[in-house]
Amino acid sequence: MEYIIEVEDLNVYFDELHILKNINIKIPKNAVTSLIGPSGCGKSTFIRTLNRMNDLISTFRRDGTVLLDGENIYNPKVDVVNLRKRVGMVFQKPNPFPKSIFDNVAYGLRVHGINDKDVLAQKVEEALKSAALWEEVENILEKSAMGLSGGQQQRLCIARTIAVEPDVILMDEPCSALDPISTTKIEDLIHKLKKDYTIIIVTHNMQQATRVSKYTAFFLHGEIVESGKTDQIFLEPTDNRTEDYITGRFG
Amino acid sequence: MYRIIPPKIAQKIMNSIFWASGILTILILVVVIGYVLFKGLPFVSLEFLFSDPIDSGRAGGIFPMIMSSIYVTLIALLLAAPLGVGAAVFLAEYAGENRTVKLIRFGAETLSSIPSIVFGLFGLAFFVVYLGLGWSVLSGGLTLALMALPTVLAASEVSVESINKSYSEGSLALGATKWQTIYKVVIPAAIPGITTGIILGMARAIAEAAAVMYTVGAALLIPTSLMDPARPLPLHLYLLATEGISMDNAWATAAVLVILILIITVSTNTLVDRYRKKMMGR
Repeated sequence: MEYIIEVEDLNVYFDELHILKNINIKIPKNAVTSLIGPSGCGKSTFIRTLNRMNDLISTFRRDGTVLLDGENIYNPKVDVVNLRKRVGMVFQKPNPFPKSIFDNVAYGLRVHGINDKDVLAQKVEEALKSAALWEEVENILEKSAMGLSGGQQQRLCIARTIAVEPDVILMDEPCSALDPISTTKIEDLIHKLKKDYTIIIVTHNMQQATRVSKYTAFFLHGEIVESGKTDQIFLEPTDNRTEDYITGRFG
Repeated sequence: MYRIIPPKIAQKIMNSIFWASGILTILILVVVIGYVLFKGLPFVSLEFLFSDPIDSGRAGGIFPMIMSSIYVTLIALLLAAPLGVGAAVFLAEYAGENRTVKLIRFGAETLSSIPSIVFGLFGLAFFVVYLGLGWSVLSGGLTLALMALPTVLAASEVSVESINKSYSEGSLALGATKWQTIYKVVIPAAIPGITTGIILGMARAIAEAAAVMYTVGAALLIPTSLMDPARPLPLHLYLLATEGISMDNAWATAAVLVILILIITVSTNTLVDRYRKKMMGR
């Protein structure tokens, strides 16, 4: 099996707080991996380590390595801008920019130096189609993205992310602010996207993990208790704590 | 428990107090502006607006004063707006919370509470005399820029600071640099607040008599260069009234000044509202 991300002995601290402890995990390419675990277990911190969003927090420290296609992303020579282009992110709360729908999707492209009108128009359309939003917005591309519903906004954020053609998409509880119908649409979308992208999704919803992901990792108190195929984690967990969590005994 | 005033009655009393304060505030505004317009408008005519003063302003119009006001205010804005917005972005996005930042903020707050006559005196000593700029549009504009700066800075900083951090995160996560994020996402989102700050600073500059009194001179002619002396509207108004030249023309000048400021604030508010609606899709 081909792995796109390999994390080795990763420790993360905020000031003296030891948030992630000795994380070792390999993320398979072009598949969906779910990260589950109770609130505060370090899932979000973990995915923010993968695109170096934690660098924004002044108290962040880490050791260990994160390899993306074999290259350590924490190597001082690595260009963070280029890394984030390759590892996109969708946030918990939809966060479109207060700009037009078109400008939202074109944003990443423009930032990376694409200004040709025809190219932009074509790429924006492709991205919106991939994000299953095109039909709903094709006639209102110039309207503000803030006027869209929450579910549409989240699909717009996904479109915005895939427009820059990343290899990996990190999703931090992308459905937690959405209603069930919007959630279904996002999940369908994840199924559609997994053949082209590696998706890592943090979720609190066990059913969602079983529905969308082939692989799952269970986090607890900053450690990975167990990781592997989703079926195996949910049907035959090897660790009692995993079983307790997925059967709802805590968390 | 025994209550002196039953809650429902208390609610009604408080409602009336809040309503009364609101109405009173509007009333004061209407009365002041109304009175100025009532006293001044009868003497305002196209001729008054577009002709030169005669006999120190006893007769004739105020065209040179209108132009003087526009010039000094524009200079003040051209300097204070970029500097104020730049400093605001620095404070809100780059500086973090340390002693330097606190010092800058404290400095700006203090600056905004210094009486304008003190700015005038400083302008006289520094721009007019020390830099040798003389009594000129430039000296006046520079002095007003100093005065408007803290106003622009404070309002812009609040505005930039209030922009949802999720926008910046979204931008950075797409691989934008910090500067691209500020320039393409944060500032556009903060434009309504920044504009309001600039307009507040501008209103402060255009309405100022004391700060220009010692710095622009009191010429009655239209200034033709930055180094010419001039006489902005508030200064003209002050001279007309204190020197007993013409109370009627003083009121008329006041009316023009008030209308000018109203036009500026109302039109920018409309533009800002339109921009905000477009941006937020409502």
